[in-house]
Amino acid sequence: MSKTLSIAVHHLTRVEGHGNIEVDVENGRVLKCEWQVPEAPRFFEAMVRGRHYTEVARVTSRICGICSVGHTLASLKATEAALGIQVSEQTFKLRELLKHAENFDSHVLHVYFLAAPDLLGAPSVFPLVATHGPVVARALRLKRLGHEWGSLIGGRTTHPTRAVPGGFSAFPSVAELKALKERMLAAVPDLEETLKTVKALAPAIPAFDRPTEYMALHSKAGYALYDGEIQTVLPDGNKKTYAVADYKKCTNEYLPKVSTAKYTKNRLESYAAGALARFNNNHDQLQPAAKKVAADLGLKAICTNPYMNTVAQVVEIVHSFHESLALVDHFIKNGVKDEPLAKPTKFAQGAGAAEVPRGILFHEYEYDKNGLCLGGNCIIPTNQNHANIQKDFEALVPKLLKEDADEKKMELRLEMLVRAYDPCISCSTHFLDVKFVR
Amino acid sequence: MAKPKVAFFDFTCCEGCQIEFTNYGDPVFLELLKHVDVVEFREAMSEKCREPLDIAFIEGSFSREADRPRLEEIRRRAKVVIAYGQCAATAGINALKNHTSDYRKFVYGKDAALPHLDSQIAVGVDQAIKVDYYAYGCPVNKYEVLQIVSHLLHGKDPVIPNYPVCVECKRRETICRFDVGDYCLGQTARAGCGAPCPADGIPCEACRGFVDKPNHEALVKVLDKRAGMPKGWARHKTRMFTANQRGDVK
Repeated sequence: MSKTLSIAVHHLTRVEGHGNIEVDVENGRVLKCEWQVPEAPRFFEAMVRGRHYTEVARVTSRICGICSVGHTLASLKATEAALGIQVSEQTFKLRELLKHAENFDSHVLHVYFLAAPDLLGAPSVFPLVATHGPVVARALRLKRLGHEWGSLIGGRTTHPTRAVPGGFSAFPSVAELKALKERMLAAVPDLEETLKTVKALAPAIPAFDRPTEYMALHSKAGYALYDGEIQTVLPDGNKKTYAVADYKKCTNEYLPKVSTAKYTKNRLESYAAGALARFNNNHDQLQPAAKKVAADLGLKAICTNPYMNTVAQVVEIVHSFHESLALVDHFIKNGVKDEPLAKPTKFAQGAGAAEVPRGILFHEYEYDKNGLCLGGNCIIPTNQNHANIQKDFEALVPKLLKEDADEKKMELRLEMLVRAYDPCISCSTHFLDVKFVR
Repeated sequence: MAKPKVAFFDFTCCEGCQIEFTNYGDPVFLELLKHVDVVEFREAMSEKCREPLDIAFIEGSFSREADRPRLEEIRRRAKVVIAYGQCAATAGINALKNHTSDYRKFVYGKDAALPHLDSQIAVGVDQAIKVDYYAYGCPVNKYEVLQIVSHLLHGKDPVIPNYPVCVECKRRETICRFDVGDYCLGQTARAGCGAPCPADGIPCEACRGFVDKPNHEALVKVLDKRAGMPKGWARHKTRMFTANQRGDVK
């Protein structure tokens, strides 16, 4: 084979943040095959220095506009661990409901607006308004539901207002929760249609397997999103758990020669985070309806095809929907109390983790005796996926060459691969090599 | 008449304001598309164009010299440039580190000198190019954005509030944060958001920036005396979203 080709995608579209793909092949030999991240750095860990503990989550929420709920919650958990704050059961449940809203909202956005156009052969959702009008209208209805559901609990979905250290600053009324339940039940036909659409598009999802390590939160109480300990599973099913406080022992950041972005690794040369990683770790804890969808769409643990992350997101859309209906019912039955905020009992260092739509997220802070922040550390899921994307590229490019793919096909396949991870690049560049300076 | 061509561009930011654009829901979003043609929007579409634009929405701060040519090209192509969100308007949260000089070293340690970490002080995009209108907020108020677009389509100048958030709290009868023992920046913060934060039980952090000519010294005094902030915090407080609008800006 003597193929020569060159791919240079600068500022890849339909992903959050800026990423480049560069591949050079000469006479069938791969000279260059890189996933690059040229995003402007923003220095959040330096920004939180000197900020009061009540301000820190409001600052770090701004790391990402798409997963700002998850950043807020991971930040609050780290601050609460550092300050010895114990939140109430009601706060825990409301935060779970808020986390599910984000998961639903963000996955709808990714599946319909960012991933589906590739499968429908369109450059974006905008031309689909004319060709697939009802699908676009349905996508917008579901997106709106996720936004309104998250806003009811968090105040708003982009940089939520109500979630604060120690609890919530304002609460939904039972009447509002009843209205939300009505809205959710009215969306059931849209969800059913979504599954039909995805099932029809599923054959267009590329076949490509590269076994890797999968990391996610795990909890005995249920499919972990808001809370749990760290768990990883290898392709052979071997599982290992770590305490959240020990997150640095399983993230092991390093700066590789080939990339400007920092990589992470644990038991293998790279690991994956995200919906597929959560599914591979915790699939047996999914709601029955979500398990049925996984079976329908051919998603089986342990799935090693990264393109199937989008399918795992669809499974989670259904899971978050049903878990949330149960949570909403709980609050309709038991009411929502206007609880005061739980107070700090110490000022020290602490770490917190949450699953954001794109995977496991870690925040860590240290506070002085006045409650002012001395420094922070954030390790973002997309950052944890960079090494895995690079390793996928290194396996996928030779495979596509063997299949005699032309430049155009290879470019699309690589773009689709990156999009499948649903990367959040403007987040991922804020993490690099953070140090606590005391 | 052809529909006006609209494009979105992003610089140093979290892209949350672009996300707000997808949160209108079906009736508003589809109606909006009857009046404008979205021709470029990297976060949501692969189409790119080189043609002239009627309205360019620019999200994100100007934080590295390498971005200047891209900003200048957008300005050349667009009849109207809107700074979309606080990062573009005044650099918002990105300016929180501007008063420090060790931030690269603090975050990146021994790798601080790597070329891709190039970053200067974060400023609004109007420090690189002329901006015609500002959609303030972190995030933007998506309904205010609709009003701005609607005004422009009707050939009118958009009306952007230049009065403090306190006015909006009074209008919706929200109890003052100071009366419940909290602090608030509402007295010098630019309104237009509808004051959702005090209504949700948290202080206004001035995420839309200050009104024109704010009395910063008086604000510090109120935070210090009336809210009883720990020593030094009151003076440091307004770096959060308004660092570039303080008297001591570099």
